[in-house]
Amino acid sequence: MSTAMAHALNASLRDAMRADDKVLLIGEDIGPLGGVFRVTDGLQKDFGDDRVVTSPLGEAGIVGSAIGLALAGYRPVCEIQFDGFVFPAMNQIVTQLARYRHRSEGRISLPVVIRIPVGGGIGAIEHHSESPEAYFAHTPGLRVLCPSDAQEAYDLLGQAIRCDDPVIFLEPKRSYWSKGDVDPSAPAVDMERARIVRPGDALSLVAYGALVPVAVKAAGVLAEEGREVEVIDLRSLSPIDDATVVESVRRTGRLVIAHEASQTCGIGGELAARVQAQAFYELEAPILRVTGYDTPYPASRLEEEWLPNVDRILEACDLSLSH
Amino acid sequence: MTSATPTTEPWSVLDAAGRLRQDDRVPFGADALDLRAAYRDMVLARRVDTEAIALQRQGELGLWPSMLGQEGAQVGAGSALRAQDVVFPTYREHAVAWCFGVDPVQLLGLFRGTTMGGWDPRERNFNLYTLVIGAQTLHAVGYAMGIVRDGDVGTGDPDRDRAVLVFLGDGALSEGETNEAFVWAAAQNLPVVFFCQNNQWAISAPFSVQSRVPAAERARGFGFPGVRVDGNDVIACHAVTQAALANARAGGGPTLIEAVTYRRNPHTTSDDDLRYRAGSENDEWATRDPIDRLRALLTGGDHSPQIDEAFLADLAREEEELAERLRGGCRALPVPAAGDPFLHSLGSMPRDLERQMNEHLAFVAAAEGDHS
Ligand SMILES: Cc1ncc(C[n+]2csc(CCOP(=O)(O)OP(=O)(O)O)c2C)c(N)n1
Repeated sequence: MSTAMAHALNASLRDAMRADDKVLLIGEDIGPLGGVFRVTDGLQKDFGDDRVVTSPLGEAGIVGSAIGLALAGYRPVCEIQFDGFVFPAMNQIVTQLARYRHRSEGRISLPVVIRIPVGGGIGAIEHHSESPEAYFAHTPGLRVLCPSDAQEAYDLLGQAIRCDDPVIFLEPKRSYWSKGDVDPSAPAVDMERARIVRPGDALSLVAYGALVPVAVKAAGVLAEEGREVEVIDLRSLSPIDDATVVESVRRTGRLVIAHEASQTCGIGGELAARVQAQAFYELEAPILRVTGYDTPYPASRLEEEWLPNVDRILEACDLSLSH
Repeated sequence: MTSATPTTEPWSVLDAAGRLRQDDRVPFGADALDLRAAYRDMVLARRVDTEAIALQRQGELGLWPSMLGQEGAQVGAGSALRAQDVVFPTYREHAVAWCFGVDPVQLLGLFRGTTMGGWDPRERNFNLYTLVIGAQTLHAVGYAMGIVRDGDVGTGDPDRDRAVLVFLGDGALSEGETNEAFVWAAAQNLPVVFFCQNNQWAISAPFSVQSRVPAAERARGFGFPGVRVDGNDVIACHAVTQAALANARAGGGPTLIEAVTYRRNPHTTSDDDLRYRAGSENDEWATRDPIDRLRALLTGGDHSPQIDEAFLADLAREEEELAERLRGGCRALPVPAAGDPFLHSLGSMPRDLERQMNEHLAFVAAAEGDHS
């Protein structure tokens, strides 16, 4: 059945709430409006406002009270309205949510999920197109997931909710209305593992979230030229599945990493460091990154070119293959 | 405690039918405001809003947050400012911007995606729109601290003493930063006036989600006065803001003004308000329109008419000219250059960023070459 990612997420929330009555949702405008992206559409009507809580306007409040609810035995799923508005909650996330388990010497885990729409490409105003994943991946004690299609969204969100650790769940907003087949009864994948989307032996191309379909498109172009690129969808940004990437690079000898987030201290740099340490002698070209630039996200009239696109990925692949 | 105590009845001197009424709490009467000018400002600012919505529908703007229904609060507050005062707006203060002399064409760039800001805040002390709820309240506090250190408060010189006017919505009352701003302003008795337009809704959240008591009542707990004013009464809004600013400039400290009004349009052009509120509520508030009410007063009401057909005809002509200027100006807004984000990131460009910029510019040039 072909389903938009937003609907797959809605179904995943619904199924999780049916399966466990400790699961509840908190966020701004998630009630009658269904959230600004309609991911919680109809859930307050069906589960009541005790389980689908329209919060006051405050992100520290959303995450801080989710921590309290988790301590009381609930499994809160928070919605942050846009990537750029998670920062008032950073104190609660970094100093409390990520550390409770450590502070309690492993006795207390906080099964809190924080859903955040991320990324650009929707023609929005400032703070609505951010890629904050590195802040979270840099914070020990958090898991960070980012699905790239409807099936992954359904599957990973369900696992995130069942997981006893705090999970930052990044939803590529550009993909909300992209459709894909969703099978709710498909066996759950290992949420810590990357996925090989398209096999190949000429070059390894790693992406996540909204850039996975872009990478697949680039691989299609290269295939027409007779070069089979292996596309890997990271899925989990923390922990990061370097093993799958290293295994791929051992076969291809080349690695290009693409993400929308700025380059410096991004996921790409981390992955590159790990791969060169483990596959140094198999590498036939420098590891290349195609990323957002080290500027704040630009005005929307510039975003199309600022964002990594098929052409920029192809340019990097050509450069890598020329070595 | 219920919210219906008499002290929380909004201060008001102009009723919904456009009749002046006695309310001794309001510090100045109708003669403190140039009513014809206020009427003109409200009408023209509303036209800016209407045109912007039309431009969004035509695809010229990505988004527009309408202020329909809030003109009384905004022109009342905006007309109480002196040139040396400083404004920190949210993203909805189009009529305040109008009163403070910001070219309305410049309001459009942010929503057209041609700029991150749109005007030079140093030109007329009207800061850039802030999209992160509540953040600007602390900027206002810091600016007021600067004013105190400059000695520009309590001198008695009307051209020297300054105050800061910061806008916020009812939703912003819930952000921690807003509450920190209240604490700081109170503790240091700063020359800052918090102007909260309680338009009843924060996107889909009704005011009751944010507060059990009127916003103005919170001020007392922080240690400064709060005033609840009829936000659709431009005369009362002007009077309470003028008094609060005068008090702040004189060194009397902060005030929280809660202007009770209503966001008659959806949150933005992207919103669908009938999912969470009844159309009848919108219709009900339309009968309390701030412009209609002042027109009723000015064209008859209790006094001899202060505006006539000729005035209205002139204003209608002015409106059309403004609308045309907006439409043309919007389409002519300069598209930023591909290098701008790099140039505007830091005061001097680090070498690696320069390398990124050059790579990007070469890439853009090549792509343009391909297309031509
Ligand atoms: C920190 C933060 N969280 C969430 C948002 C998303 N958001 C934009 S406007 C808005 C509602 C604001 O309501 P209010 O303060 O009452 O102002 P109004 O829009 O009614 O003028 C929300 C939740 C935001 N801009 N900033």
